[in-house]
Parts: sequence; C-alpha cells; structure tokens
Amino acid sequence: MALIETRDLRRVYDLDAGRVVALDSVSLDIDKGDFVAVMGPSGSGKSTFMNLVGCLDKPTTGHYRLADTAVERLDADGLARLRNREIGFVFQQFNLLPRVDALGNVELPMVYAGFDRRTRRERALHALGRVGLAERAHHRPMQLSGGQQQRVAIARALVNGPSLLLADEPTGALDSRTANEIMALFQELNREGVTIVLVTHDAEVGRHAHRLIRFRDGRVTEDHRQVPVDARALAREAAE
Amino acid sequence: MRLIEAIRSAFSAIAANALRSLLTMLGIVIGVAAVIAMVAIGSGARNLVDQQIRSLGANLAIVTPGNVTQGGARLGAGAASSLTDDDAHAIRREVDGVVAAAPFVQGGAQVVAGGSNWATRIYGIDRDWFSAREWDVATGRTFDPEEVRRGDIVILLGQTVARNLFGEDDPIDQIVRVRNVPFRVIGVMASKGQSAFGQDQDDVVFVPLDAGRRRVIGRNYAKDGSVGSIFVKFADESDIEPGIASMTELLRQRHRITGEQEDDFSIRNLTEIANTASASANTLSMLLAAVAAVSLLVGGIGIMNIMLVSVTERTREIGLRLAVGARPRDILSQFLIEATTLSTIGGALGIGLGAGAAYLVAQLAGWPSLVSTNAIIVAVGFSALVGIFFGFYPAQRAARLDPIEALRRE
Repeated sequence: MALIETRDLRRVYDLDAGRVVALDSVSLDIDKGDFVAVMGPSGSGKSTFMNLVGCLDKPTTGHYRLADTAVERLDADGLARLRNREIGFVFQQFNLLPRVDALGNVELPMVYAGFDRRTRRERALHALGRVGLAERAHHRPMQLSGGQQQRVAIARALVNGPSLLLADEPTGALDSRTANEIMALFQELNREGVTIVLVTHDAEVGRHAHRLIRFRDGRVTEDHRQVPVDARALAREAAE
Repeated sequence: MRLIEAIRSAFSAIAANALRSLLTMLGIVIGVAAVIAMVAIGSGARNLVDQQIRSLGANLAIVTPGNVTQGGARLGAGAASSLTDDDAHAIRREVDGVVAAAPFVQGGAQVVAGGSNWATRIYGIDRDWFSAREWDVATGRTFDPEEVRRGDIVILLGQTVARNLFGEDDPIDQIVRVRNVPFRVIGVMASKGQSAFGQDQDDVVFVPLDAGRRRVIGRNYAKDGSVGSIFVKFADESDIEPGIASMTELLRQRHRITGEQEDDFSIRNLTEIANTASASANTLSMLLAAVAAVSLLVGGIGIMNIMLVSVTERTREIGLRLAVGARPRDILSQFLIEATTLSTIGGALGIGLGAGAAYLVAQLAGWPSLVSTNAIIVAVGFSALVGIFFGFYPAQRAARLDPIEALRRE
C-alpha cells in the first residue's frame, strides 16, 4: 500500500500572460519508508509537485491520496489538519521563528495539534535529541549555526510523527560539509523508517536518495530506483 | 491554539517591537486617558450637583404667592400673602402622592444669646418641614405637635448659628432672644452644607409657625393664618407633574379664581430645576466622551496601520505556521488577539494616566473627581473593541494568505 498515490495530477495556473500548465498527468506511487529525490530544472514542475504532495495546494484535476486520504476533497481546514499530522516540512531557509528558542520552534506544530504544554515540551526535547541538539534547546535561531538551525527545523518536522518528511532544497543554504551532515541525518532518519521526499537540483544530494524522479516541463521524465527500499522498513510496514 | 498561549505569544510579538508597539498604543492611551479623566471629573461634578439636590430634598415643589396689584401698581411675585395654613392642609389632604406639605414664613432676625448675637434667617415652620426637606435635628428634638399648635416660644438652631452663639457649649435648654422674645433652644439641626446656589443652609433658625407669625416675622402674616410659601413633597418623581396640575386646580378653587383670571400663586418643580443642572453636566460629559471617541478612533487606525505592517513583515512566519498545520482561523485569531492585546494594554496605560490626571485636577483645582469602576470597564471594553475592529482587516489579510506565496516571500 503506497503512502502517496497520484493519478493524472494536473495543475494549471491562470496567469495574466495566459494559462500555464505547471504539472501535467503525473501518476506516481511512493511507498512508505522510501527516500525519494525529486529533481529537475526550475520551471520543470517539481515545486508544483511538491506543493501538491505537501497539501499546500490542490490539483486542478486528478487525484491525490496521502495516507489513505483523498486530498482533493479536503477544504482549507482539512488540508491544514493533514499537513499538521502527516507532513513535516523542511525548507531551504529553515523558516524558524526568530523570537522563539529552538524548543519553542519545535513545539509549534504541536501547538496547532492541540497538545498541552507539558506534552509539547517533552516531545520537543525528544525530537531535538533525535537531531543531536538537546543541549541547544534554549538557544534562539540567531545563536545557532546554519546546520544547527536546519536540524531544529528537521526536529520540528518530525515532532508530530508525520508519515512524510518533505524537504525543499534542505541543503541549499549550507556549505558542503554541513550539507553532508544534514544528508547523513536524513539517511539515518530514513533508516529509522521515516519516508522522505526531497526536492533538489543538486545531483550530489540526489545521489543519496533511494529513488530518483526527474521532472521536465511538468511531466515525469525519469523514475529511477538507485537503492532498493529498505528491507527493515518493509518488514516494519508488514508488521503494522 | 489556546487563548492563553495566543495572548502570551501576542505579548512576545509586542515586546519584540517595544518602541513601535508603544507608539502605536499612544493613540489608545491618550483616548482612554481622556475618557477616564473626563468621566471622573464629570461624574465628580454631577455628584456635587446630586448632593445639592439631595440637600434641598428630593421630589419637591414649592408653592409661592403670586403677584398682586395694589393701586394700579403690580407688585412682584411673592408680594401677596394669599397662601394659608389651610391651603397646605388641603394640599396634604387632597392631592395624590403628596407626603408632606410644609407651609412656612421667613424673615431676617438678630438672635441674641448672652453676650453674643448673630444675624440670621428665621423660619416659622410646622412639622411637615422636617420630612419635606429631609432634614432632622443633630441633637435635641424637633417641635412636638402641641408646640406647633400653640405656637410655643421654642427654637431650633442651625449649625452655623449654634456655633456662633455658643461655640463649643451645648445650646440645648439655653435661652436666645429674637426681637426680645425669649426662645428656649430645644435642638440643633443637622448640617446641610451649601445649597446649589452657594448659600450656607446652616445659617438659619426655626420656630413654630405661629410663634414666627405672631412674635418675630411681622408683616401681615398674623391675620388669617397666611404663610409665605409651601414646600410640597411627593412620594415619587412621577407624582410631581400630575400633583402640580391638581394643586393648581385646588388652589384656584380655594382662592375663588375662575376662567381667565390669573393665578394668585405659582408652583415650581424644584426637582426639575435640579434635573436641568444635572442634564447640563451630562451634556458636558457627552461632549467630552465624543472627543475621547475621536481619539480612540485615531488610535484604532494607528493599530490597523501597524498590524498591516506587521502582517507584511511576518508573511514568511504566516506561511510557515500554515505549513505546519495552522488553519486560516488560527492565523486570524493570532493577529486579532495581537491587535486586541495591543489596544488593551494601551487602554490599561490610559486608565492609569487618566486616573492620575483626574487625581491631579482634583488636587490642584479642588474639583471633586471620581474614577468609577464603570468607566474603567467601559474603557477597557472599548479599547478591546477598537483592537478587534481595527485588527480584523489586517488579521483577515493574514489569514487569507496563500501558504505557498507566503513561504516564498523574502
């Protein structure tokens, strides 16, 4: 059973300049536990695909199921709920709240999930521990390095136990050494069973993924498995 | 998101831009301070008026003799002595809602006690006076019915008179002379303070009506039991208007005035006079409130402006919040709460400032001032409303942001 199922996914923008087909007839399945890199030049539709997969946008036509939920039928509140529970976002620019310490940033998704303060604190600390930043819980973003900030962002993405981690150029703002550390962290998380979809135009980053999907002009031009789906993750899925 | 947390996060957002927030609040601060100070001073002034109304006695009308024509010359109002004890008794008996009808005569007199003397007003009254004017003795007793009926030479002193004649000594059972008539002091009246017109109401003495008429206040009161004026007290304010109409009819009948003939008396509604004073105090308050409302409006526009700036500045934050699962209404309430918190803090500061200003005015100008709980509640409520009203548009703009656009914004 695939975590992500898209069927004839199509997204058309009505701009002043005319209609732009950003995504055309994309039908893909992504399994639980997989680590997928989505690549392509700008304007290829990869960002549009990511917005749709991330439930930030709805397809013009076509179907999208995420964790057995028909996304195209949801209203704004339903999408918010789905994002909150099933998706963790990691952005190129980290997007941490500057006035709030690392712990507070990690707590944010749980605020909207309605957890009480104590539970939030506990889980946020645990998530920070998972990315190796338990000691920096009370540092503000300004007091952290770029790599540390991205780790905080990853902890935030993980904290609600989502079924999908969606990363958009997560290493784009980092130097190559830090970028490697972050990629190592993604691989580690994937080994622990987290499904990851990573959008990048960096071939080096793409190499780390188990499956590579290439977009061009709104269509999938290449879908290539680099590493078989982790056997343990499959076993865990079977056990569930 | 829980309200408490929303408020906490609003506080931190406000604190992050402390100076800007303070400047934004300033409009509200000044508006609320103006409301509080003005209402305090206004209600203090109204209180003073109320107090003076109460010192006169509530629900009161006064019947005075009308003008009279003597040898072709029309003498002024009150020149006639057309009213009598019996008129008062008839009013008490026959007019609905009348609880007391106090006929009285008045004049000036020099009161002598031992070595000291004092010029004051002297009133000849009956027992209805005390209930009509809501005025009792502080020490001693009032006239008993027999004393009034016989016109005994007993006297009640006002506080001012008692103090001037006897100082600290107890005047009860002392003898004072008025026009050489020795009156025995049986009581000292409670203090009434100043009247609405600035007179010292305690500078007065009272004697039984007949004693006054026959012995001290000459004129022609002595004959046929005529009196100067009659205070009429009604049970309720709503009784006054119909009461005055039936009194007019009754007195015209009793005085045999028919058809087109002019009344030989006039009746004034004293409560109405007091109400007019109170109404003008109200008008002043309303005017001040209008000024304050304008400054609250300006303050609200300031808040709207700064919230719009804030929404623009924090577009990425909004995008992120939406991405991690905030619903549009969570964003709406976040910014509404922020605007409301801003305006309410402004309101609280304004209350402090306004109360301080009112206190200062009270101290410096000697005006009474009264910071009422109501004014505080209204001010806080109003400033919160200003926040909600003027925060709504910016908050709605924030809530309607497209998360993808918002996240892309630099």
